Amino acid sequence: MFLIKCPYCGDERSELEFRWAGEAHIARPENIAAISDEEFAEYFFLRDNTKGVAYERWRHIHGCGRFFNAIRDTVSDNFLLTYKAGLPRQPVPGPQPVTPDAPEGGAA
Amino acid sequence: MVELANRTLPLSGFHGGSAVTSLTPAQPAERVSLRARPEDVAALSAALGLSLPTQAKTSATAGKRSALWLGPDEWLVIDEGEGGLMAVLGSSGALHSATDVSHRNTAVLVAGPGAAKTLNGGCPLDLSLKMFPVGACARTLFGKIEVVVLRTAEDAFRVEFWRSFSQYAFGLLQDAAEDAAV
Amino acid sequence: MTKKSFRIKGAGRLTPARTARFTFDGKTYTAYEGDTVASALLANGVHLMGRSFKYHRARGVLSAGAEEPNALIDVARDAARRQPNVRASVQDVFDGAIIRSQNRWPTLAFDTGAINNLLSPFFAAGFYYKTFMWPKEAWAKLYEPIIRRAAGLGVAPKEDDPDHYANRFAHCDVLVAGAGVAGLTAALSAAETGAEVILVDERAEVGGALLFDTSTMIDGRPGYDWAQDVLSRLKAMANVTVLTRTTAFGYYTHNFIGLAERVTDHLPRPGKHLPRERLWQVRAKKVIMATGAIERHMVFANNDRPGIMLASAARLYLNHYGVAVGEKIGVYTAHDSAYEAAIDLKHAGVEIAAIVDCRTHPGEAVVSAARALGIEVLTGHSVLDTAGRLRVSSMTVAPNGGNGKRRIAIDALLMSGGWTPSVHLFSQSRGKLKFDKAKDRFLPGLHVQDGVSIGACNGTDDLPALLAEAAAAGGGTLSVSGSSLYGWTGGMIGAAEGAGPETAVKAFVDFQHDVTAKDIRLAVREGMQSIEHIKRFTTNGMASDQGKLSNMHGLAIAAEMLGKDIPEVGLTTFRAPYTPVTYGTLIAHSRGDLFDPARKTPLHDELATQGAEFEDVGNWKRAWYFPRRGEDMHQAVNRECRTARETAGIFDASTLGKIEVVGPDAAKFLNLLYTNAWDTLKPGKCRYGIMTREDGFIYDDGVVGRLTEDRFHVTTTTGGAPRVLAHMEDYLQTEFPDLKVWLTSTTEQWAVIAVQGPKARDIIAPLVEGLDLSNEAFPHMSVAECTVMGVPARLFRVSFTGEIGFEINVPADYGASVWKAIWERGQALGACLYGTETMHVLRAEKGYLIVGQDTDGTVTPDDAGYGWAVSKKKPDFVGIRGLQRPDLIRENRKQLVGLLTKDPTEVLEEGGQIVADPNQPKPMTMLGHVTSAYWSETLGRSIAIALVAGGRARMGETLYVPMKDKTIAVEVTDMVFFDKEGGRIHG
Repeated sequence: MFLIKCPYCGDERSELEFRWAGEAHIARPENIAAISDEEFAEYFFLRDNTKGVAYERWRHIHGCGRFFNAIRDTVSDNFLLTYKAGLPRQPVPGPQPVTPDAPEGGAA
Repeated sequence: MVELANRTLPLSGFHGGSAVTSLTPAQPAERVSLRARPEDVAALSAALGLSLPTQAKTSATAGKRSALWLGPDEWLVIDEGEGGLMAVLGSSGALHSATDVSHRNTAVLVAGPGAAKTLNGGCPLDLSLKMFPVGACARTLFGKIEVVVLRTAEDAFRVEFWRSFSQYAFGLLQDAAEDAAV
Repeated sequence: MTKKSFRIKGAGRLTPARTARFTFDGKTYTAYEGDTVASALLANGVHLMGRSFKYHRARGVLSAGAEEPNALIDVARDAARRQPNVRASVQDVFDGAIIRSQNRWPTLAFDTGAINNLLSPFFAAGFYYKTFMWPKEAWAKLYEPIIRRAAGLGVAPKEDDPDHYANRFAHCDVLVAGAGVAGLTAALSAAETGAEVILVDERAEVGGALLFDTSTMIDGRPGYDWAQDVLSRLKAMANVTVLTRTTAFGYYTHNFIGLAERVTDHLPRPGKHLPRERLWQVRAKKVIMATGAIERHMVFANNDRPGIMLASAARLYLNHYGVAVGEKIGVYTAHDSAYEAAIDLKHAGVEIAAIVDCRTHPGEAVVSAARALGIEVLTGHSVLDTAGRLRVSSMTVAPNGGNGKRRIAIDALLMSGGWTPSVHLFSQSRGKLKFDKAKDRFLPGLHVQDGVSIGACNGTDDLPALLAEAAAAGGGTLSVSGSSLYGWTGGMIGAAEGAGPETAVKAFVDFQHDVTAKDIRLAVREGMQSIEHIKRFTTNGMASDQGKLSNMHGLAIAAEMLGKDIPEVGLTTFRAPYTPVTYGTLIAHSRGDLFDPARKTPLHDELATQGAEFEDVGNWKRAWYFPRRGEDMHQAVNRECRTARETAGIFDASTLGKIEVVGPDAAKFLNLLYTNAWDTLKPGKCRYGIMTREDGFIYDDGVVGRLTEDRFHVTTTTGGAPRVLAHMEDYLQTEFPDLKVWLTSTTEQWAVIAVQGPKARDIIAPLVEGLDLSNEAFPHMSVAECTVMGVPARLFRVSFTGEIGFEINVPADYGASVWKAIWERGQALGACLYGTETMHVLRAEKGYLIVGQDTDGTVTPDDAGYGWAVSKKKPDFVGIRGLQRPDLIRENRKQLVGLLTKDPTEVLEEGGQIVADPNQPKPMTMLGHVTSAYWSETLGRSIAIALVAGGRARMGETLYVPMKDKTIAVEVTDMVFFDKEGGRIHG
């Protein structure tokens, strides 16, 4: 179970208090009524589903209630950075952490 | 003149605890969910007669009135005295949202040497005095329900939750209080 | 005949004065307090403890710890307090324990299932995949039932578990897993720095290998005494928690560790207040893994007879439990440590038949020590086979590669193939293992979490080095000295002499699953290259012991067959839990009333008093209907419907989701979140609103009342309340953060009493103060703040029935009192109480939709017939673009319509599929399905709502609902069945 540092609460709290909220930095188009079907599909349906360093939204739903952004390595599950909603996409902090291989599938 | 309505408390008749933890339903209190931006905090603080906390996990108490930081623009204000919070806030002149949640929430007072252990039967927070000193508060989980925990003394907590979860909350507190006494 | 005891006077640490009696397969035995089931049975000369899974081979206890694959037993206090598949080597005996063997019929000694052993050529590796391929029909009728009956070892109890379980969240600076010499040293070192320390060990006592290893001295004392001393020092420290009988079963992300503490399984009469087991969910800043090593067996022919066991196990049975595992014992080893078992046993007066060492040059110290005691040591020899039916009776020994077989009579055989580091937790933490070629073992490589491995699990063999490593890991300045009598070397993995490729013998690699060296070789011959495939083909390591003994042997045999190095073949992943964890532990408090919160409204007790039947709606208990004496549900609902339409009905609507939207930009925000326009709504008025997602599909609906310019009382569906609030918060926080508006859930602030029907106003009027309730002053879709019975209330003039209706919101604690007064008034005027079933019928008669019942996440407002609720003027709202997608504006979309059955008494089934031509060939073209269907007492006939392709263009058409036994003809109609003009609602 993850330990997640909420950028509003400032301390690390159990994943139980959080809810994952999809890919980060996908802004709703300001002129949404005017965009093409392709643009709408890109905005609403298509996601990168990155293996490795991913920008995600999380919500501290059972804590301060705030949505925030996180840079998480989806292989190691390490959170590289969490930052407040509204801030621009932050650079991946260095040095790069060591990422072990993804665990193999199947039961032991 | 119509007859006046009586008040029925969600936890009336509940009592429990163990050798190390007492569980007591809190008295009815006035509660307001207060929302405001940073620039309006000072005026609201003045109106309430306490300094609305701006640090996470902290609270402020003045007399029978407490304000608990729940989020960067959110406080739970609890008044166990004369009340009148909505009116006081309304006259503050500051932009805010105040919503009466006096009856939405109810609370159990968890006290005794086993109080922290009892809460940790269902609450994932680190409740050590170092991480959660007297006056600390947080919205978190207790088992399958959301609660607000306020540490009122080294061995005492106030646990707030929505009224429909009363039986669950009290039941799990009772189970955990008994286990804390093992 | 008196029972012979194998207790050795003066040996072991148990107190003979304290005994416990238990039964094993109905026979009574005496044990010492502190015995495990295995040590107690061995003390009574019982070695036969179980049968293997596939071949039903007779098996004895192989180990003295968690790795036990053979001696799986059923432990009971009574019928309900019974647990199958318990390892006899870790289960403490308690007075009155009822122990049974498993996987045998009729008895352990005479088991008919052992016929499988003779049929073993048919049960070779992969037999599942080969045997049951054909005929196809036989699978369901023959193979599956047989496999299901044969599968699994023990039998789970049918009774409810009467015990209770507990959960504890905990945080610490240092968690130490394993309280052997390394773990104790690390824990003490950490504790002395003031760190919060949790030390866990799966055994009842701390000490680890020191429990059997009596030749190690630490800080000038016998190791065991030192361990107990460290334990008492740790226990005296306020910053240390020592948990014995506790397994660190899983090492999860971000140093989250699962512990299973067995609280009562060793107690004869546990107090009722004690949980049987406690789950600890620990978040540690640092995890110190001191999990030790597990001795391996030797892989040779018939290495599985009762009486054959690990050398260290025999040593533990002797030195800790005071039990000799035989009277004439052989040893077969590739490692020096087994010599010490022989030496200890010899000292205790037990005859050692011979030590057979497959190495030509074992450690000189142990060999000379053994020979000095008169023990025959055969180096460069192997045990080729054993004999004995229910207990080993002899071993056949020969020099390696040579002739001259010798048969030696024995009643026990101790094995040691060396030691496998227990890297399970490390591996679970996603650490990468590296292969130590010199010693044929996998060791922890890089730790990717804040953890460290020390001692035997880290491959640290030398005691002084181990003590230094452990003290350093703890972070303190502790210094501990220690010395061992003998250095240990040796070890082998893979099949030993005599289990070679050419033989057809059973040399077991995985005891529990009966996987032999031959099976592994067969898997490779049949084309399996990857260890993952070999594992699944042979089931090696897939039993409940998860291959603690077998994995390395299997790997080595496969590598040899493949002609590859072991690291090239790889290792399967270790998974949590380390040992089986009961469901009770994982569930902990979440049983019975605490399984899930049962949410009750403020009116619940009043409803129950009036005889309500309740139904579950999400977590809520909602009044379903109110049967009077002699009424069934149908009759009660008919009466409630009739009364509500003719007089009035009273309904608990408290579960309705409520969100207070407050701020100067409140209307602007609602404009963005709903399809409707809100800036035009005047304070004191309500409007029905529809919320779509960005994709244009209906997400929720409800009435929104504007109390003041900057305060809205929003209602949502009962089930939708939390997700609607989350959806609104998401947009507010991340898309429209500049709006000055805030959201607060007020669902539970208000008790909501709906009074609906022609006499609704008469019922409530005397209780309401400060409000003119007349049609003119307070028409349909009004809202006002007023006083009801002296308490501040919000009154809505709304209707979900088509009748004149009011919804009284009072602060929740006053709800019951107000409800009572309203019901008193209502009764006097002939009203009834009604529940959710009647509510559903009444709204369906009016064609009001229920989101989630009549819609399914692919329905647009227009599909539902609510196109009028979508503003054409707003420049933006969530869903504005989605609604323009080609698929959402195409012709022939499914639309909500009414259905009237040709036979008015026929009530359709919800979910029934609709077709145009019931005689078309299958598969038929479905036009849609029935979403709601009821008997309408008001109309004296059945009614239904359905989603039908192009539905609104089909008015008057006859369609069909094919059912299993008949086809029902229906006519497509308008959704509004009753009071189409809508006059009643205005009173």
